[in-house]
Amino acid sequence: MASKVIQALYNDDDVLMHAVKKVRAEHHHIEEVYTPFPVHGLDKAMGLADTRIAITSFMYGCLGLAVAIVMMNYIMIADWPQDIGGKPSFSYLENMPAFVPIMFEMTVFFAAHLMVITFYLRSRMWPFKKAENPDVRTTDDHFLMEIGLHDNEEELTALLRETGAVEIKVTEKES
Amino acid sequence: MASHYEAPIRKPLVLGDKGYHDVTVDIAAPVEGKANKQWWIVFTIALVAFLWGLGCIIYTISTGIGVWGLNRTVNWAWDITNFVWWVGIGHAGTLISAVLLLFRQKWRMAINRSAEAMTIFSVIQAGLFPIIHMGRPWLGYWVLPIPNQFGSLWVNFNSPLLWDVFAISTYLSVSLVFWWTGLLPDFAMIRDRAIKPFQKKIYSLLSFGWTGRAKDWQRFEEVSLVLAGLATPLVLSVHTIVSFDFATSVIPGWHTTIFPPYFVAGAIFSGFAMVNTLLIIMRKVCNLEAYITVQHIELMNIVIMITGSIVGCAYITELFIAWYSGVEYEQYAFLNRATGPYWWAYWAMMTCNVFSPQFMWFKKLRTSIMFSFFISIVVNIGMWFERFVIIVTSLHRDYLPSSWTMFSPTFVDIGIFIGTIGFFFVLFLLYSRTFPVIAQAEVKSILKSSGERFKKLRDEGKPLYEKPAAAASVEKAAVTEEKAEADPAQVSSLLDAIGTFDKDNDTADDLKKVKGIGPQMEETLNQIGIFTFAQVSKMTEKEYNLLDSITGSFPGRAQRDDWAGQAKKLNDKK
Repeated sequence: MASKVIQALYNDDDVLMHAVKKVRAEHHHIEEVYTPFPVHGLDKAMGLADTRIAITSFMYGCLGLAVAIVMMNYIMIADWPQDIGGKPSFSYLENMPAFVPIMFEMTVFFAAHLMVITFYLRSRMWPFKKAENPDVRTTDDHFLMEIGLHDNEEELTALLRETGAVEIKVTEKES
Repeated sequence: MASHYEAPIRKPLVLGDKGYHDVTVDIAAPVEGKANKQWWIVFTIALVAFLWGLGCIIYTISTGIGVWGLNRTVNWAWDITNFVWWVGIGHAGTLISAVLLLFRQKWRMAINRSAEAMTIFSVIQAGLFPIIHMGRPWLGYWVLPIPNQFGSLWVNFNSPLLWDVFAISTYLSVSLVFWWTGLLPDFAMIRDRAIKPFQKKIYSLLSFGWTGRAKDWQRFEEVSLVLAGLATPLVLSVHTIVSFDFATSVIPGWHTTIFPPYFVAGAIFSGFAMVNTLLIIMRKVCNLEAYITVQHIELMNIVIMITGSIVGCAYITELFIAWYSGVEYEQYAFLNRATGPYWWAYWAMMTCNVFSPQFMWFKKLRTSIMFSFFISIVVNIGMWFERFVIIVTSLHRDYLPSSWTMFSPTFVDIGIFIGTIGFFFVLFLLYSRTFPVIAQAEVKSILKSSGERFKKLRDEGKPLYEKPAAAASVEKAAVTEEKAEADPAQVSSLLDAIGTFDKDNDTADDLKKVKGIGPQMEETLNQIGIFTFAQVSKMTEKEYNLLDSITGSFPGRAQRDDWAGQAKKLNDKK
C-alpha cells in the first residue's frame, strides 16, 4: 500500500529535537527520523521503547557458558579422561579451574557475535541490502523527520515550517 | 534533551571552524581523492617486504623449521617473540575503543577507528606465527576440538596453548565485528556521497544498507556499549592467556605469577606506542590535524608513561622475587639476563621501556610531535626486546650446563619478521585509502560539546544554533521544478567566460564539496548551467558579480570562500 508522507529536513540536531517535541505535543505520529549520527535523547523524545538487545546478549552469554561446560565435560571428563601432569580427570568440578579460560572465551564469543547478528537482522542490515534513507544528505549533515499524512497536509506543512525545517517535501511511500 | 555543555577548561578536540558537513568532507577526502606519490613509495616498500616474507614462509614450509636458527636448547625464539609482540600491539585498539568508551573519554573518537584497524591487522600477523610453526599448516584445523578419525582423540583443554587458540580467535573475531559495526554509518556516508557507480556499489555493499533510523541508532549505541563491556575483560584475558604460555611452565624466568598483569600492561604500552607511530604519520598524510590533535598525542603519551612505569615496576618486582624466593635457578636466570651474554638485550629493554617513557613527565616533550614519534619507535623496539629477553635468555642456559648455547637468527627468521611488518603496513596503507579513518558519526556527536567552533560560540555567549527563518519551500513530488528567473543574457555571458557543460561528455561534480555551496546553491548553479569544478575554478571577480546578480542571494559569499581556488584543488584531486 502506498501512503502519503511528509518529510521535513533539518540542518541542526537541536532544531530537530525541538521540532520532534513540538510535533509530538501536537499529537502527530512521527513515523521515522533519519539522522547522520546518534542524537542523544532523540529516542526518548520520539517515544521509542528501550532496546532489549543487551538482554539478548546476556542470554546468548549464558548459552555460550552452557555450551562450554557441556563441551568440556564431554571431551575432558566423560569421553576420554586422561591423567595429565598427575592431575586425573575424575570429575568436572575438580578439573574446572583449568577450564575457566575456555568457559570465559566461549561466553564472550556467543554473547558478542549473536548479539551483533541479532542487531543486524532486527535493523534489517546485511550485505546487498539497499539503503532506505529517503535523502542522501541524512548521512552527511541533515536530519529528516517523516510523518504520515492523513488529509492534513496544510496543517502539517505550516507546523513543520514553523519548527525550522529547511526543506519540506510531500511524497508517496511504498510500505 | 541532550546537553552539549562541557567545562570551558577542556581544550577543544576538533580544531578549526568545523561544522557537520566539514567533518564529512574532511574524512571522505582521503577515500575520494587519489593516492599521492609518498603513499605509493611507502606502499611499494611494504609490498616488497611482504613478498620477501612470503618467500621465507614458503621456504620454511617446503623445507622445514630447520631453516630457522632454533636449536635443541633454544627451541622457541623469534617466532614466539614476534607472535607475542604483535598480539601485544593489538591490545591498544580494543583498549581505546572499549575501555575508553566505558570511561566516556571523548578523545577516543578521533583515534578508535585506526587503533581498531591496527588491532585487527596486527593480530593477523600474530596469528601467522603459530600457523607457520605448525610445519604443516594445512593440518591447522587439528587444534580445534572436532570429531576425527582417530577415535576419541581430543585436543588437550588443560593446555594454555589451546586456551590461546580460543582466546586469540575470539579476540580477533569480536574485534572485527566491533570495528565493522562502527564502520557501517561511515561507509553509508561515503556511499551517499559517491558519484562513480562502482564506488557506490562497493560502499553500498560494505555499509550493509545502513539507513540511520532513530531506532537503529538506539540499538547501535547499546550494541557498542555491550561490546565494549565484553571486549574489556576479553582484552585482559587474551594477554593473560598469552602469558600463561610461559607462566604455567617450570622454566626459571617464566614460572612467575606476576606475568598476567605485567604482560597486559606491556601490551597496552606497546600498543599505544604503535598507535602513536601510525597516527602521527596519518594525521599528516591525510590532513587530519584538526581531528587528531596534539592533545590526543599528549594523552597517548601519558598512557605510555603510566604503562611504561607499570612495566618497570614489574621488572623490578621480578628481580626482587627471584632474590627473595631463595631458589638458586630463579636467581641465576635473572642474574644471567642482566649480566650474561645477552646483557645487551636486557639493557636495551630496560632503557627503551623503563627509562625512555619517563621523558613524558615533561609537558614540553610530550607535546612535541617529533619527540613523541621518536619515543614511540623506541618503545616498539624495547617491547620486542622484552619478549626476546624473556624467551631466549630463559632458555639458552637451561638446567644442564653442557647444553648451554646461544641463539642466532637465520635470514629466514629475519625475513619472516620483516615480512609481517610489510604485510601489516600493506594492510594499513590500503585501509587508509579506502576506509573512513575517523569514526565521523561519533565525532559529529561530540562536535557541539568539544568542537572549537561551538566552544567559541559558547564562550561568546552566542547560541549554538539558529532556527532557520520559516521560509522553506514545499516541494511536491512530480511537480515540475521552478526555474530560476534569470536574465538569459547574463547567464550566457557567464557561461561564455567559464565554459559550458556538455551533458553527454562531461560528468557533473558534487559542487557541495566546495565550502560555501550548499544544496540550494548547488541547485541554483545547476539551473544556470554550472555543473563541474572546472567551471567554478574559472570564475573571477567579474563572474562572481555576474553570479550574484543572477542569483540575487548571498552577495560576496563566493569571494570570501574562494570558490574558484577550492574548486581548482578539488578538480586536481579528481
